Amino acid sequence: MGNYTASIIALIAIVTALAYFYGRRVARKRLAVFTGNGTGKRFHSQPNYHGLFLGGSAAFTALVIFAAGMFVNAQPGDGAAIPPHLVAMAIALSAVAVTLMNTRLIRSDFRARRYVEFFINSALLLCSVIAVLTTLGIVLSLLFESLRFFEQVSIFEFLTGLQWSPQTALREDQAGQSGSFGAIPIFAGTFLVMAVAIFVAAPIGLMIAIYLSEYATKRTRGIVKPAIEILAGVPTVVYGFFALLTVGPTVRAFAESLGFAVPTQSAIAAGSVMGIMIIPFISSLSDDVINAVPQTLRDGSYALGATKSETMTKVVFAGALPGIIGALLLAVSRAIGETMIVVMAAGRAANLTGNPFEAVTTVTVQIVALLTGDQEFDSPKTLAAFALGLVLFVITLVLNVIALLVVRKYRERYE
Amino acid sequence: MTQLLTSTNKVSYRALTPELELMGQVNVTTETEFDNAKFTCRDVRVHYGSLEALHGIDMNIQDNGVTALIGPSGCGKSSFLRVFNRMNDTITGARVSGEVLMDGQDIYSNDIDPVLLRARVGMVFQKPNPFPKSIYDNVAYGPRIHGLAETRVELDGIVETSLRKGGLWEEVKDRLDDPGTGLSGGQQQRLVIARAIAVDPEVILMDEPASALDPIATAKLEVLIDELKENYCIVIVTHSMAQAARISQKTAFFHMGDLVEYGETAKIFSNPEDKRTQDYITGRTG
Repeated sequence: MGNYTASIIALIAIVTALAYFYGRRVARKRLAVFTGNGTGKRFHSQPNYHGLFLGGSAAFTALVIFAAGMFVNAQPGDGAAIPPHLVAMAIALSAVAVTLMNTRLIRSDFRARRYVEFFINSALLLCSVIAVLTTLGIVLSLLFESLRFFEQVSIFEFLTGLQWSPQTALREDQAGQSGSFGAIPIFAGTFLVMAVAIFVAAPIGLMIAIYLSEYATKRTRGIVKPAIEILAGVPTVVYGFFALLTVGPTVRAFAESLGFAVPTQSAIAAGSVMGIMIIPFISSLSDDVINAVPQTLRDGSYALGATKSETMTKVVFAGALPGIIGALLLAVSRAIGETMIVVMAAGRAANLTGNPFEAVTTVTVQIVALLTGDQEFDSPKTLAAFALGLVLFVITLVLNVIALLVVRKYRERYE
Repeated sequence: MTQLLTSTNKVSYRALTPELELMGQVNVTTETEFDNAKFTCRDVRVHYGSLEALHGIDMNIQDNGVTALIGPSGCGKSSFLRVFNRMNDTITGARVSGEVLMDGQDIYSNDIDPVLLRARVGMVFQKPNPFPKSIYDNVAYGPRIHGLAETRVELDGIVETSLRKGGLWEEVKDRLDDPGTGLSGGQQQRLVIARAIAVDPEVILMDEPASALDPIATAKLEVLIDELKENYCIVIVTHSMAQAARISQKTAFFHMGDLVEYGETAKIFSNPEDKRTQDYITGRTG
């Protein structure tokens, strides 16, 4: 089958190329009388556009026949597949027919260029439409699957319930829990891990940004900035086992030395490592907005007898604040959607707690837990993942929109 | 605030030369002759890296009056202006040599803190640069960092006085909490002047302060400068000949990093000695 497809594609390429060169040749001959004869009469399109028009028409015809053959063969039932050589012949014959028909169109006033431009325009538009439609499809799928979930579990219970234990009986005769879907502990856990991450990342990221933009020499900046951005390139699974194998045990050992019992998997282990992960987002974006504060503001402050740190904290930071808030919001939305670190290091127990030294669970962890293993795809347990995914999507979308609005508003101020 | 020179010294300067101050505007002087010099410059050179932007300037600046620095773009007049409050220090690669005395004291000596110097020598820039704060906070910025006010009432007083001196009080007194960036260009420039006045400087440097303003805002600014010269030493860089002629008492013409001619504004504009000055003023070069 793969061999068949490859040969057909090669055939299409060949007929396309032949049609192109043929069309260009014919156009050159027919239009030659117009070049340099001094009559002032011109032709509309250059020969290569006529060639492209012929080649494009042949390719389009061939692809339609190829797709039709595939479609017929894919029909289940009768088993009478169209043999490959017949498809190849149909493609070759129709391409020749279309090309010969189009050859009659090649004249000085035939607007081949317009058709070619229109085709390129449409192809580019199609590509962007595909991206938009895919996004739309994902959102709609999330929405409809969530609606199915909310037919079985009330949306009110989901958004306000304090008990999360999604295990339901797989079979009618099996003894098991009825399952309860109160998502508050999950949202609380997500928020706790995110808060720990921001608590770690915001001060360090901002200090880095201030150092890089105001204090570092060009040389230092050239070394430090790329080095920090490497952090953003570390795979999250590496952060994950770092959190599980290094940070978690260290936190536990430290707590035990103080006489507290702390599990290896905890909000603080996952959150602090996640904080390290989002430092480059905050430092890099904040560095950009601090640099965007005009030099004239700094000069104005210096000219009043302000020191460097006074200028930094009272003028530059105040001017960059909206942009910095935007950077923080983007980092937060990134932290909320992060999965691998929390799966490995935060735990799975849906504890409703504000204590970062306990194991908590997050939205992303629960989605993984609900969908891995053998599952029925219409049980509330599985459908709950879609509802969680929808909530996550809405939260990050809102955060991103707010962040972009804030950053844009800030940009306009200094134009 | 630490004063570099005791105020009694300053008073004695003025007491010795009351008649010169009165006669300042009509008395034809050469650059070194007047006694009420605020700044005395000897062989001042400014380098940016290996490029010498000013080639040894000898010039005195009078106290209580407006001195205009004119000349074509790139002639070094802005570099020279930034010598007086050591703003060149903030540019990497910039170097100043020579001697600059303010009230007889070298402002480039090691025991002078540029931060304190800049509190005494205020500066207004080409483009209005109010901070992204309220009108009140813009003016209160300097007094706050220098601890000039003990109480809120005192600070309110400084802000009001400064805005009055800046000719902006009547326009903004009901909206002191509005952002300074929301004012018009001319109002912003007067706000920036009020901000400079609030730290009680002795000198105000202005680097083409009217170049971003419309004619009406420029006229208001010029009236303000004329009032301020009673109490401050003002040095202004301008590209407008008419403006220099209207507001200044002394004019210095710079060309290619040299001080070509310096003297009474009336004389420079009516009877310049150097041909280059004459060509520039009459619009033949520039």
